[in-house]
Amino acid sequence: MERNLALVALFAALIAALGLIPKFTLGFGVPITAQSLGIMLCGTVLGARRGALAVLLFLLLVALGLPLLAGGRGGLGVFVSPTAGFLVGWPVAAFVTGLVVEKWRRAPLAFVAGVASVIGGILVLYMFGVAGLAITLKKSGAEAALLVTAFVPGDIVKAVLAGMITAALAKARPESVLSRA
Amino acid sequence: MISLTSPVETRAHHWPAGAKLAALCAATVVLFAQESLGFHAVVFAACVCVYRLPGVRFFRAGMKGLMVLWPFIALVLVWHLVIGAPVAGLVVGLRLLSAVALANLVTMTTKLSAMIEVVRWLATPLRRVGVNTRALEIGIALVVRFTPTLADKGAQLAQSWSARSRKKPGWKIVMPFTVLALDDAEYVAEALKARGGLNQ
Repeated sequence: MERNLALVALFAALIAALGLIPKFTLGFGVPITAQSLGIMLCGTVLGARRGALAVLLFLLLVALGLPLLAGGRGGLGVFVSPTAGFLVGWPVAAFVTGLVVEKWRRAPLAFVAGVASVIGGILVLYMFGVAGLAITLKKSGAEAALLVTAFVPGDIVKAVLAGMITAALAKARPESVLSRA
Repeated sequence: MISLTSPVETRAHHWPAGAKLAALCAATVVLFAQESLGFHAVVFAACVCVYRLPGVRFFRAGMKGLMVLWPFIALVLVWHLVIGAPVAGLVVGLRLLSAVALANLVTMTTKLSAMIEVVRWLATPLRRVGVNTRALEIGIALVVRFTPTLADKGAQLAQSWSARSRKKPGWKIVMPFTVLALDDAEYVAEALKARGGLNQ
């Protein structure tokens, strides 16, 4: 119990710390940062349940008013802004990513974690993100999807990195990669 | 740790956080239900006035918080001009500005401790049915405590990278960074257990 709590809390802090690594913004104000890599890692390393809890804890602190999102953003305003859908989708993305890694054990971990990150961190996440854009900007789903296509290549790179990093972690700290424990 | 609460003390700082949050929920629902341009123009003008009341410093900080929305506003306005519905575009833009302005207002006038108290209160029904909510409270404290520590360790990793390479530190430091977080988690878990764990 204590170990689960510590891992969940430290990964929530890790997502926040990854947001402090210098960012670059690609149009439309959606910052491309290592933070979404952190979401993928929550799933691939901690597994579905603990990964989603870590992301939820992180979002709770953002809502309480801590400037933990990339670029020092935070507070309640981010949950009604056009990118709110992505925030809502984060815990689900971590859960799905973790679930794929937990269930699919027959392929090498780097490959599985990479594919899991594409499924959770891109497919599932973008469904929520596009829905959020469509609601706040009053656009159709297809129009909103058009706005975010520019970010897909960057996220595919992140998914590949998440796979490689997870495999490296499994070698360095095998007992800590709980998605495969 | 720095929170987004404004250092400029306003009267709203002393209002109960729960009431502010409930009012914000109600206001957001109304904003998204209304479609008239006049209504949204009046609400946004009122928001700007409220931001101006506590002084220039508060006003500037508040407007800075809204500036992140400009790409979306510009996009919506251009889009609606092209499809020939400029009024609808203005409504969407103003609604977005007011919704974010009101939410930021609550964040700027509410201390972190008051917000955490609301979370504790919301968790009361869980405690009644026997769920241990101490984990949530300790979890919040741990993240607040460890985010600056981890950020500091990340900066040290980036520095040691720069000392050895001409290239800028990139994704390669994420792996050792994650190892540091995992190791810290193991130490914290041991420390929590040594102090009696979560079931006190």
